[in-house]
Amino acid sequence: MHPFTYHRPASLEEASQLLANADDGAYLAGGMTLIPTLKQRLASPSDLIDLAGVPALAGIDTANGTATVGAMTPHAEVAASAAIPALAELAAGIGDPHVRNRGTLGGSVANNDPAADYPAAVVALEATIRTDRRAIPGGEFFTGLFETALAEGEIVTAVEFRVPDAAAYEKFPNPASRYAVVGVMVARSGGAVRVGVTGAGAAAFRVTAFESALAADFSPAALDGIAVDHEDFNSDLHASAEYRGHLVGVLAKRAVARIA
Amino acid sequence: MPEGEREGKQVASETGIGAAVKRKEDARFITGAGRYTDDVHVAGQTWAVFARSPHARARIEGLDTSAARAVPGVVAVFTGADLKADGIGDLPCGWLVKSKDGSDMVQPPHPPLAVDRVNYVGEPYALVVAESLAAARDGAEAVAADFEPLPAVVDAATAASGDQIHDAAPNNQCYDWELGDRAATDAAFAKAHHVARLDIVNNRLIPNAIEPRAALGEYDAAAGSYTLHTTSQNPHLERLVLAAFVNVAPEARLRVISPDVGGGFGSKIFVYAEETAVIWAAGKVRRPVKWRAERAESFLADAHGRDHATHAELALAADGEFLGLRVRTIANMGAYLSTFASSVPTYLYGTLLAGQYKTPAIHVEVRSVFTNTAPVDAYRGAGRPEATYVVERMVETAARELGMDPADIRRRNFIQPADFPYETPVALTYDIGDYEASLDKALAHADYAGFPARKAASAAAGRKRGIGFSCYIEACGLAPSQVALSLGAGVGLFEAGEVRVDVTGSVTVVTGSHSHGQSHETTFAQIVSDRLGVPFENVTVLHGDTGRSDYALGTYGSRSLAVGGSAIVKALDKIVAKGRKIAAHMLEASEDEVDFADGKFNVTDSNASLTFAEVAFAAYVPSNYPLSELEPGLSEKAFYDPPNFTYPAGTHICEVEVDPETGVVAIERFVAVDDFGHVVNPMIVEGQVHGGLAQGIGQALLEHGVYDDSGQLLSGSYMDYAMPRADDLPSFTVDTTTTPCTHNPLGVKGCGEAGAIGSTAAVMNAVTDALGVPSVAMPATPETVWRAMRNGAPAGNGGSGRK
Repeated sequence: MHPFTYHRPASLEEASQLLANADDGAYLAGGMTLIPTLKQRLASPSDLIDLAGVPALAGIDTANGTATVGAMTPHAEVAASAAIPALAELAAGIGDPHVRNRGTLGGSVANNDPAADYPAAVVALEATIRTDRRAIPGGEFFTGLFETALAEGEIVTAVEFRVPDAAAYEKFPNPASRYAVVGVMVARSGGAVRVGVTGAGAAAFRVTAFESALAADFSPAALDGIAVDHEDFNSDLHASAEYRGHLVGVLAKRAVARIA
Repeated sequence: MPEGEREGKQVASETGIGAAVKRKEDARFITGAGRYTDDVHVAGQTWAVFARSPHARARIEGLDTSAARAVPGVVAVFTGADLKADGIGDLPCGWLVKSKDGSDMVQPPHPPLAVDRVNYVGEPYALVVAESLAAARDGAEAVAADFEPLPAVVDAATAASGDQIHDAAPNNQCYDWELGDRAATDAAFAKAHHVARLDIVNNRLIPNAIEPRAALGEYDAAAGSYTLHTTSQNPHLERLVLAAFVNVAPEARLRVISPDVGGGFGSKIFVYAEETAVIWAAGKVRRPVKWRAERAESFLADAHGRDHATHAELALAADGEFLGLRVRTIANMGAYLSTFASSVPTYLYGTLLAGQYKTPAIHVEVRSVFTNTAPVDAYRGAGRPEATYVVERMVETAARELGMDPADIRRRNFIQPADFPYETPVALTYDIGDYEASLDKALAHADYAGFPARKAASAAAGRKRGIGFSCYIEACGLAPSQVALSLGAGVGLFEAGEVRVDVTGSVTVVTGSHSHGQSHETTFAQIVSDRLGVPFENVTVLHGDTGRSDYALGTYGSRSLAVGGSAIVKALDKIVAKGRKIAAHMLEASEDEVDFADGKFNVTDSNASLTFAEVAFAAYVPSNYPLSELEPGLSEKAFYDPPNFTYPAGTHICEVEVDPETGVVAIERFVAVDDFGHVVNPMIVEGQVHGGLAQGIGQALLEHGVYDDSGQLLSGSYMDYAMPRADDLPSFTVDTTTTPCTHNPLGVKGCGEAGAIGSTAAVMNAVTDALGVPSVAMPATPETVWRAMRNGAPAGNGGSGRK
C-alpha cells in the first residue's frame, strides 16, 4: 500500500469538494475491492474519501411499491431486511460474514464486477440508481466490464428497487471465490417478468427471450428449448462460455420453479 | 514435597496412552498467543522483499540496482551475483536418484537468487533490505531487470520436445527410473485373460499452509554466529544444508529455531531460497533481517505437489486375480530440483504400487522432467497418494470391466494376515496388516447393502448416485537409514529424543520431531505420563530448535510418533533403568528386585517402594547412593533408527450424488476406516484424518494449480485456487482397526497423511460410478462432470499444470 490522505466527510457536498481538491482522489465505500487493490499496489490514490460518515447514504425505506436502499447500506443489513425477500436472499449469499458487514450496495454497483450479485437484482427489479446528480435507470447503468454510466466524481446515493409480486435469485458460486459464476434473478410483477443475469457476461443483462416466454407461461417448462447465445460470455478457469450459457437456463428454471 | 507426589495410575489412565486428552497447544493457538516466526521482532530489525521474475523463462540481460539503492530507507540490495561472489552455493537436492541405465539424475544449478536466467514465474532474482517493509517494497519495485523472454515449457507430458531449459538436461529430463521386474510383468500380461488400461493424471496442487513461510536472520558479530528463525518442519536439516552445502556459516555457529508453525503439509520441509538469502544478508548488513511471504508469493514460490501423467495397465485372470501391473509415469519436477523432489515420484511412489494386493509382478517406469513452473516436491502423502490413485483407479476399472463387485475383487486379491511379513515385488516388506477387517468395518459403516436402494431413490429424484472404494496402503517413517542411504538419500532417517527429569520430578522432553499442527506437546506428554506415571501437566515438550535438540530429522512422512516417539520411549527406558538403580540403593535391595510400575519403584515381595518423584529428587540430591558407581542426575538421550517403514492401511468409501443439470458433485457419505496400529490420542488422530480427508477430497473436486501456456500461474490466489471449505465436505464417519506395528516399541504406524492418501481415489471412483464413465479428470469440477455426462468420455483439463 502506498501512502494516502484519509478523509471522512459528513456530507455529500463535502465529499465532492474533497475529491475535486485531490490530486488523484478516490471514494471509499466498503472497500471490499479497493482495499485489496491498494494493498497490492495496483492503485495509489493521493486521497481516500470514506463515505461511511455521510448520513444520507444509510438505511432502507419502503414506500409506494419501491424499496430504496442507501448506497452505504452493508449487505448484512439488506440480508436482514424484509423489504424484498429475494433481495435479502441475494445479499445473504454475498461473500462471507466479514464481507457482508463491510461491503455495501453502492460500492458493489459502482464497481460493477461482472461476477457481483447485486447487478442481477438491479436489472431484474427495474431499479433506479440515484446519485448526487441524477437518477439513472437500472437498465442503462451497467455499460461494460467494470464500466458504469457514472460520471467522474459522481456518487451513488441509493438504489430504488421495484418491489415485485414474487422473485427468486439462483446463484452458481465460484468454488474458490464464491462470487457468481452465474446468478439469475427472476422477478414477476403483475403479468410482466424480468430475468436479470450476472456473472455470465461482461456486465449484467436481461434475457428478453426468457421474459416473454415466462410472461406467456410462468413455468420452468416454458424455457425449454430457448437457447442463450453464449458467444460473448465470460470464459475462465472455472467455467467456459458454453457452460455459463447452459447455467443461465438451468438457474432461470430453478428460480421460476421456486416462485411458480 | 515434590510435585510428582500427585502422580498415580488414575492420572496416567486419564492422560496416558489411548486417552482422548485435549490438546495442550490449543489454549495458546485459540487465544492468539502462539509465537510464530513473524511474531518474533528484534531490535534493529530490517525488512526483506524479493524481486521476483514476471517471466516463466527469460535471460537476464542486465540488472541495475542503483535506483533501488537510492530509495529512501533501503539498506542494501543483493543479487545472485553477490551471493555467488561471497561463496554461497546452490540449493541442493537431498536424494540422488539413478536412471535405469545407471547414470545419475541431472541436478541443474539452483542458485538462491537467479544469476543469468529465470526459470519460473516468481523465481527471486534480487533481495532488497530496508528499514521498513514499505521501503523494501519500493526498493524491490525499483530493481531494473532487463529480461529477454524465452519460450516456456509448461506441460510435463510434452516437455521432452520443448526448448531445453537447463544446459545439463537434454530433453528436459531429470532421470528415467524403473523399479520391479519387467520380464516377469511382460510374462504376466502375456497370459492375462483381461487387461484394464487407464490414462491417469494426478493434478498439480499448491500446499497453502495457513501460515505463509517466513524467516528472521540474525548475526551476532561478537560471536560470529547466526540465528535463523524460520517456518521449517525440519530445523536441523535447514542448518545442515545452510552450513554444509550453501556455506552460510559453520554448523556450530548457526542456530535454527522453528517456533510455532502454522501448517506445513510437506511444503516447509525444504530449504528454500528465501531463508538462505535472508540469513546470509543478516551477516552482510550486520542487522537482523525479516522476511515474510505474502500469500501471492506462497502460491508462486512454495513447492507445489503431485503433477503426474500416467498410463497404467492391470493384467487379470478370468476370476479377477491380479497377475501384473505396468505403470508408466511422467513426473513434473518444475524448474529446479527442490530438496526431496527426486525421491517423491520414485522411492515414495513406485514402491507403493502393490497396494494391499498380492499382485505378483509389477514394473514401473518414471521419467521426471523439468518445466518452467514452480518446483514440485513432497505434499501431504508425497508419492503415496499418486500411487494409491493409480492402483485404486485400476482396481475399480478392472472390477467394472469384469463385472465384479468392487469389494469382492479387492477381497480376492488382498494380502492375507497369514502372509505377513510380505515382500512386495516393489522392494517393500509389509510387517503386518488385516485389510479385510478394515474393508468389512467400512462396508458396515457405509451401509453398502443399502446402496442400491439409495441409488434408486436418487434416480427417481433425477440425480445420479455413485459409490467408490479406496483400499490404500502407505509407508510411513521412511526407514531404515542404511537402506535409504544406499538408495541415494543424503541424510539419515533416525530421530533423537531426550528426557530430562527435573529435581522435583517434572519432566522436560526435547524432541527432534517438529509439530506444525500435529500436537506433539500433547501426544508425547501422554507417553511420558503413561510410562513414568508423572502427571500429564508436569511434562513439557520442547521442539524446533537446533540449540536444544540433538541432530535429528524433523517431521514429515507421518514419522513423528513412530520414529520420534520411539526415540522418546528409548530414552524413557533408560530413565527407568537408572531410576531402578537409584531406588535399589535407597531401598537397600538388589537392582533385580526392583520393578517399576504405576509410577512407583517397588521391591518385589515387600511393601517397600519409592515414587518416581522421590527417586528423581534423590538423583539430584544424592545423599544415599554411591556416586562412585552411579552418576548423579536423571536425564537420558536416545537415537532411534527404525528397522522398517510402518504400513498404515485402510478402506475409504465415498458416496456421491451428482446433479445432472449442473454437474455439481455432492459427497453424501464418507467413511474412513484406518489401521494406524496403536493410537496414543484418538481425538488427535481423528483430527488428523479429518484434515487429510479434506485435502484428498480437495484434490478430487476442487484444487488445481494451473499455468497457462506461457507459464503464468492462473490459479495464483484464493479467487481462483479452490480450497476445500467446511460446507464442501460431509460429516465424516471415521473408525479404526488395529494391527500393532511389529517393530517399534509403541506399536504405532502414523496417521498424518492417510486421509490425503486414501480419499482421492474413493471420490473419483464414486464420481465415475455415478456417471457410468471410465474416467473423469481431477478436479471433477461441475463443468468437467457436466461435459463427462454429455460426452460419456474423459473431459476437463486435468493435470500437468496446464490449462
